Amino acid sequence: MSASNVLVVAEHLDGVLAEVTFELLGLGRALASAAGGKLEVALLGSGMDQAASHLGGADRVLSVDHASLRGFHPEACVAALVQVLTEHPARTVLTSTTSMGMDLAAALAVRLQRPLIAYAQDARLEGDLLVATSQLYGGKLLVESAVEGDCVLSVLAGANPAAAGRVDGSPEVVAVAAPAALASCRLQWLEQIKPPAGDVDITQETVLVCVGRGIESEDNLPMAQELATALGGAVCSSRPIVDNKWLPKTRQVGKSGLRVAPKVYLALGVSGAPEHIEGMKDAGLIVAVNTDATAPIFEHAHYGTTEDLFDVVPALLERLR
Amino acid sequence: MNIAVPIKLVPDLVEELELNDDGSDLDHDALTYKINEFCDHALEEALQLKEAHGGSVTVLALDRDEADKALFTALAKGADRAIKVTGIDENTGTLTAAHAFRAALAGVEFDVLLTGVQAPDDREGQLGVLLASLLEIPHVSAVSEVSFDGGTVTLHKEFAGGVLARYQVAPKVVLGIQSARQAPRYAPVSRVRQLMKEASLDEIEVESPTNTSPEVRRVFRPTAGRGAEMLAGTTEDVAARIAELVLAHRGAR
Ligand SMILES: Cc1cc2nc3c(=O)[nH]c(=O)nc-3n(C[C@H](O)[C@H](O)[C@H](O)COP(=O)(O)OP(=O)(O)OC[C@H]3O[C@@H](n4cnc5c(N)ncnc54)[C@H](O)[C@@H]3O)c2cc1C
Ligand SMILES: Nc1ncnc2c1ncn2[C@@H]1O[C@H](COP(=O)(O)O)[C@@H](O)[C@H]1O
Repeated sequence: MSASNVLVVAEHLDGVLAEVTFELLGLGRALASAAGGKLEVALLGSGMDQAASHLGGADRVLSVDHASLRGFHPEACVAALVQVLTEHPARTVLTSTTSMGMDLAAALAVRLQRPLIAYAQDARLEGDLLVATSQLYGGKLLVESAVEGDCVLSVLAGANPAAAGRVDGSPEVVAVAAPAALASCRLQWLEQIKPPAGDVDITQETVLVCVGRGIESEDNLPMAQELATALGGAVCSSRPIVDNKWLPKTRQVGKSGLRVAPKVYLALGVSGAPEHIEGMKDAGLIVAVNTDATAPIFEHAHYGTTEDLFDVVPALLERLR
Repeated sequence: MNIAVPIKLVPDLVEELELNDDGSDLDHDALTYKINEFCDHALEEALQLKEAHGGSVTVLALDRDEADKALFTALAKGADRAIKVTGIDENTGTLTAAHAFRAALAGVEFDVLLTGVQAPDDREGQLGVLLASLLEIPHVSAVSEVSFDGGTVTLHKEFAGGVLARYQVAPKVVLGIQSARQAPRYAPVSRVRQLMKEASLDEIEVESPTNTSPEVRRVFRPTAGRGAEMLAGTTEDVAARIAELVLAHRGAR
């Protein structure tokens, strides 16, 4: 029944499984059950035995252990996954839209000659068809795609509940021999670099005032800072603000920044791209200020206003004085 | 080293995204297109590398209305050669586009191919990774801080939480650029106009590959989300309500 199996590609940094792995396992379980197949998880690394004990959400762990898989290595991972799938065929391969998943999904699709659906927020089986909904245009539109047979599905990080796939205890672990290609990779992984600690740890704050591109200029940051101080919190931002070097990387929320879950998240001039949402969707209260009524942030916020942030913030400061 | 940069025109998200009559696609005619912001970063990084190490920068785009202007703009910024890839549907899927670029690149000398890390309209994965896989050369996505040292390329890849990894690779390689070392430069409009009059674009015609994109069932706007409750009233009313909500949820301090 291999044809109905689902393979989840586990993600980890230094052996610590990423949250998204559990999100994929939850979705993978639903797909495997619907197809009457097994849910397997590929665990690629070096000395990864510990991690398997958190993968109880799967029926089997297919593990490849090799020195070249010590850090995240796109070329080695793709070669290892092709080997895993040759020995243990699966109809649906689940990767994620993270930095790691981006290097795997399209490469696997080409190597295995199967279609890829990316940015999927959900997926289900309709008879023989796999039907998936992708979030495109920064979350402004959804596209429903259907494929028959084998495929690779790249799932949006943060779109599915991790709790559904988080089961402690190790399932059966099957070792898959590393393919010879791993010894002759052209790409060389040199080292991992941890970010320097910031002045403020935004993951620990109760209140976050997040500024997006709508803040327009570095000169307007003090206004946001004043508001954060008045509310007893800190300022964080979307990626473009950090790319402009207006704030340090340690203040960035989202896919390539930090995941935060404060009690209150006030988003000022943030559009709500999936890469941002992924980092803040679990905040207790989300209030969005955005002049564009169709901004995707309003899909995720609890309260919203289309007032100009340059009107709302001064009025708020006035209130809090 | 010689650098190739494919650039993509994408709908401007500031505009309303209109759908076609049967809801199977965007109404492409009703949209304004602009260069994908990450392509601007890829081009900037390519120009910076050329300025530091020599070599050349070639930009490529699929033929569509706005492609000429985007290509001339790249020339005005300092690219050496601009190629319009013809013979293929401008709104094609990413895998089909990857096949077209593979064919077009047979006539282009390059060591390093820089793409933008992603585009907002891409349902089939990143072109850079697809293309690298078709060309059977290595690829790395989410890249910043590229440098050349003799014959090798060193780069950083970004992970969640600001973690980076450093890699080294000998060409050829495809890198998906997340952000250039500095904000993308502007091309003076006068220079673009002048080039449009004086310079010409190269054209490479490719045989249109068969479309292998997964079937699109429908395109629709998200409405299923829980949706925010929109605050009513004057600016002062809105501010008062936000203050009240925030203080209530923040809890005692
Ligand atoms: C691999 C990858 C990783 C990424 N990682 C991250 C990440 O970690 N974090 C992140 O945030 N992004 C990330 N991004 C970028 C992401 O795709 C978006 O580009 C980004 O989140 C957009 O930031 P923004 O909302 O501030 O800007 P925009 O999308 O430009 O939105 C600005 C908003 O401000 C509103 N606005 C303008 N003026 C006003 C005003 N006066 N008052 C009120 N509203 C106003 C506009 O209506 C608009 O909606 C990543 C992208 C990629 C490809
Ligand atoms: N149709 C295309 N034409 C030119 N470049 C493209 C095209 N599609 C993707 N790219 C390149 O790949 C990057 C990421 O886009 P995408 O692969 O669509 O996510 C873009 O920034 C371009 O550099």
